[in-house]
Amino acid sequence: MTKLAQQLAQSRNFWFWTTLLLVSWVLSTYGRDLAKAVDAKWLIKFPAAWRIPMKGEISAAMSWLVEDAHFGLFTVTEATRSITWLLEQPYQLVLSLFASGFYQGVGQDAVLVFPALSWVFVIILVMAIGHYAKDWWLSSLVGIAFLYLAVFGQWDSSMVTLASIAIAVPIGVWGGILLGIAAYKWWIVELALRPLLDLMQTIPVFAYLVPILFLFGFGPVSALVATIIYAMPPMVRITTLALKSVPTELKEFSLMAGCTPRQTLWKVLIPSAKPTLMVGVNQVIMLSLNMVIIASMIGAGGLGYDVLASLRRLDIGGGLEAGVAIVVLAIALDRVSQAFALQRSPDRPLYAGNSTTLRIMNYPRTLIVLLSGGAIFAIGSFVPQMQTFPEAYELTTGAIWEDVIRTINVNFFDQLEAIKTTLLSVFLVPVKRFLGGIPWIWGLLAVSLIGWRVGGWKVCLLAFLLTAFIIVNGLWAKAMTTVYLCGISVLIACVIGIPVGILSALNSRVDRIVSGIIDTLQTLPSFVYLIPVVMLFRVGDFSAMIAVVLYAIAPAVRYAAQGVRSINPQLIEAGIVSGCTPFQLLRRIRVPLALPEILLGLNQTIMLALSMLVITALVGTRDLGQEVYIALTKADTGRGLVAGLAIAFIAILADRFVAAGANRAKQRYGYES
Amino acid sequence: MDKPVKLACRHVWKLFGAVGPDFLAGATEQAPTLEMIQDAGLVGAVRDANLEILEGEIFVIMGLSGSGKSTLVRCLSRLIEPTAGELIFEGIDLLKASAKEMIEIRRHKMGMVFQHFALLPHLTVLENVAFPLEVQGKSRSQREQIAREVIELVGLKGREDNFPRELSGGQQQRVGIARSLAVEPELWFLDEPFSALDPLIRREMQDEFLRLQSLLHKTIVFITHDFEEAVRLADRIAIMKDGQVIQVATPEQLVLNPENDYVKEFTKHIPRSKVLSAGAVMSEQKIGSSHQVFADERIEKIAEKVVTTNETFSVLSSEGNVVGSITPQQVINVLVGRSDDQ
Ligand SMILES: Nc1ncnc2c1ncn2[C@@H]1O[C@H](COP(=O)(O)OP(=O)(O)OP(=O)(O)O)[C@@H](O)[C@H]1O
Ligand SMILES: [Mg+2]
Repeated sequence: MTKLAQQLAQSRNFWFWTTLLLVSWVLSTYGRDLAKAVDAKWLIKFPAAWRIPMKGEISAAMSWLVEDAHFGLFTVTEATRSITWLLEQPYQLVLSLFASGFYQGVGQDAVLVFPALSWVFVIILVMAIGHYAKDWWLSSLVGIAFLYLAVFGQWDSSMVTLASIAIAVPIGVWGGILLGIAAYKWWIVELALRPLLDLMQTIPVFAYLVPILFLFGFGPVSALVATIIYAMPPMVRITTLALKSVPTELKEFSLMAGCTPRQTLWKVLIPSAKPTLMVGVNQVIMLSLNMVIIASMIGAGGLGYDVLASLRRLDIGGGLEAGVAIVVLAIALDRVSQAFALQRSPDRPLYAGNSTTLRIMNYPRTLIVLLSGGAIFAIGSFVPQMQTFPEAYELTTGAIWEDVIRTINVNFFDQLEAIKTTLLSVFLVPVKRFLGGIPWIWGLLAVSLIGWRVGGWKVCLLAFLLTAFIIVNGLWAKAMTTVYLCGISVLIACVIGIPVGILSALNSRVDRIVSGIIDTLQTLPSFVYLIPVVMLFRVGDFSAMIAVVLYAIAPAVRYAAQGVRSINPQLIEAGIVSGCTPFQLLRRIRVPLALPEILLGLNQTIMLALSMLVITALVGTRDLGQEVYIALTKADTGRGLVAGLAIAFIAILADRFVAAGANRAKQRYGYES
Repeated sequence: MDKPVKLACRHVWKLFGAVGPDFLAGATEQAPTLEMIQDAGLVGAVRDANLEILEGEIFVIMGLSGSGKSTLVRCLSRLIEPTAGELIFEGIDLLKASAKEMIEIRRHKMGMVFQHFALLPHLTVLENVAFPLEVQGKSRSQREQIAREVIELVGLKGREDNFPRELSGGQQQRVGIARSLAVEPELWFLDEPFSALDPLIRREMQDEFLRLQSLLHKTIVFITHDFEEAVRLADRIAIMKDGQVIQVATPEQLVLNPENDYVKEFTKHIPRSKVLSAGAVMSEQKIGSSHQVFADERIEKIAEKVVTTNETFSVLSSEGNVVGSITPQQVINVLVGRSDDQ
């Protein structure tokens, strides 16, 4: 491009965005009066008569599915029943083992045949696992974490949660591996899976809670199904990726060694891909824990239920205690699974003795666990404290938390309130009014125009269709509320996150602190953010925004730091010898070069923000999230799915727009031609 | 040459890209040129290769990076399917073999060593070497016994319980070699086995390789981009360029009669004394001298003897008949790189 053409393009760009914004503002402010003047109210409010009753049809289809549909030999209901039964068996077993104990008989006459595992034994067991995975440090960390659960009275709930994790994770992992293998072997499977996985990542969990509830009923099995569906997609991706990235030479070797296809898969590919696969296992565990609270909405018990119930009662202390217990559990499981992922080879016993009786001596850890298990079981029948942690010694921090919050609220009420009202009145409310005022017809046009501008006619068409879907379902106003909340939160997350990221890339001390905080933020299940925020700022948009910012800030920081860090050091040196001041270095070299990465982070931030928004519906926002939430409480499948899809579509559009922007930035700075 | 042909490839082509079904239809009479292939948007990785690999010889395929060596050797082992051509292995048509038959052939008759070792990271040295036997279904004690023997053969005794990552590059490649030898293959492919190693280790491994071959007498297809390595190891060398085999000859013939300037360029920097034999340098004059050398001895080996004695040596054939003579001056000419006709 010649210089003139470039300038022309840039000024055209400028005019496009300014005009778009200006027209939007005018229409948003005066549109209502305008429409009244020409007596065409439909311009502002999408006429109910034009709506396409999509949600009704979906609900009807679901009812048909449950009541009448069958696959030749059996009905859908029979299929879901057998899945339920299949999941129920191992779940009951594990639940009895960890939490409830084994009973014979039903109801009042039930007699305890075998008690649940003693807390002491479980702690010894997890410590042994920690030691096996890594070392004594990990072992003590895990031990302390579980001791915490016992001492702070969270044991029973924790074990219920652990039981569902213990079922969901293996199924998620193996399901993911098998699907991943299928996608690796047959391109047609990969082709079919890819869009599905993409959608699963953008569609909020809540949206598929509703159909699951419909198909499987309220109860722990539904919760398991939802957890598995939520946690499995990354495992599928990672498996395919890991198999693909096994070095070609190894694949060739396996052929030359005369392996059958099955031997190639199970003896060469999977074992060589194991380190990567273990990263996937860690992800499945973390995502399952992330689902703990959400899953309790459709019938999971345990810690998630405790948090949810406290949140509904606005019982600050109880909610925080259970929330912290989830975090503790998450940290313990995360560290252990990460240790397994990093473990370079299995511990191999030396085959000292050949007779089977002596073989056990080679596994001292196993021996200790087995012996202590026996001993504890024996002692447990006389000493009940061994079996269940004595209630008298349990500590509770609930009251303390409540006091802390009360103190803050009493002493700093004015300040907090001032911050809240200022931000609300100068920032949140005007933006909300602006976005909310945009008439649907101009909105449709504007989104399509942006699509055309950033990505040509293809993106334009996509933008038009997805926006139209939202409009004909009568969700325009709620969608705009979502865009407003998400936009503001993302903006704040970026304003805070990107500079922090850049700073931490430049300063190793800052980096250590920041990555510590970010790591912790990412281990916390999303709900946990809500509790303190609601306690300090009560329900409303402001609380929702803070929770979203906290949840979504991590990628903004990470990618910015990564982008700045990966700049070729020679370019920095070139800047220094040209006499740039540190600030000039930052503005002229570092930031522009890190821009593609920063935009990628922006993309991720938007995705996280959208997924968190649905959850904040619990604290009373009036957006698409609320729509999904209402659908859930009413078990209205169509409504939930449509609103869920609407959120997914916003995510897809945001993704396309930002990706196009990132591409342009890359081209502008000559990464690609 | 009277040795039987172990593996022959006739008019083998490998084109990467979407090849039309009859692009190579008339290839035997009127082969497409490089330009035609490129214009069709294809990569001509191997073009019309014809080779005959004889039993018990070390056959080296040599060429620069991207000349198609790896592709050719993968066609020979059928790791990739040739686009066209014929492969005859011990008299049977390899390209007609079913997947099952190929598994059997590879399990018992072929072995391969890879440039980056291709060891399984999760298995110990012993288990890696025993792996090909394991997939054959041999019992644990049987396969471990065989594995221990080959491990000792390649000089790694004592490292059986190490994992590959705990070994140096040279040791890892020894494991690779041991593993490919465990099934006692008749045909042994080595794709740049020493290219990832340091020069010193490389020489050591070459010696090791020659030692093994003197014990085992396998039929070997050895790939390298290093002409010196080729000369050191080869009975015969095939030189490749842009997917074509330009010349197949003994190292000596390559130096004496290069097919074209390209081959000549390769041979230029190699010390002649390492390639030429007494038979190639001698004059026809049959002089009965008390000092004798054999015709197939390399100049490098006899140089010191001839020059320090400073007398004309008679040259003997392998049967012991005098076939010519060689003077110290002729040896010195070779050593300083002067050819006779200059
Ligand atoms: N899978 C493939 N798809 C397309 N082109 C390929 C493929 N594999 C190899 N080629 C091309 O075929 C040509 C020959 O490649 P090959 O790997 O056989 O070369 P090589 O002689 O082994 O080189 P090197 O010494 O670098 O290993 C190269 O131009 C390469 O780019
Ligand atoms: Mg190669």
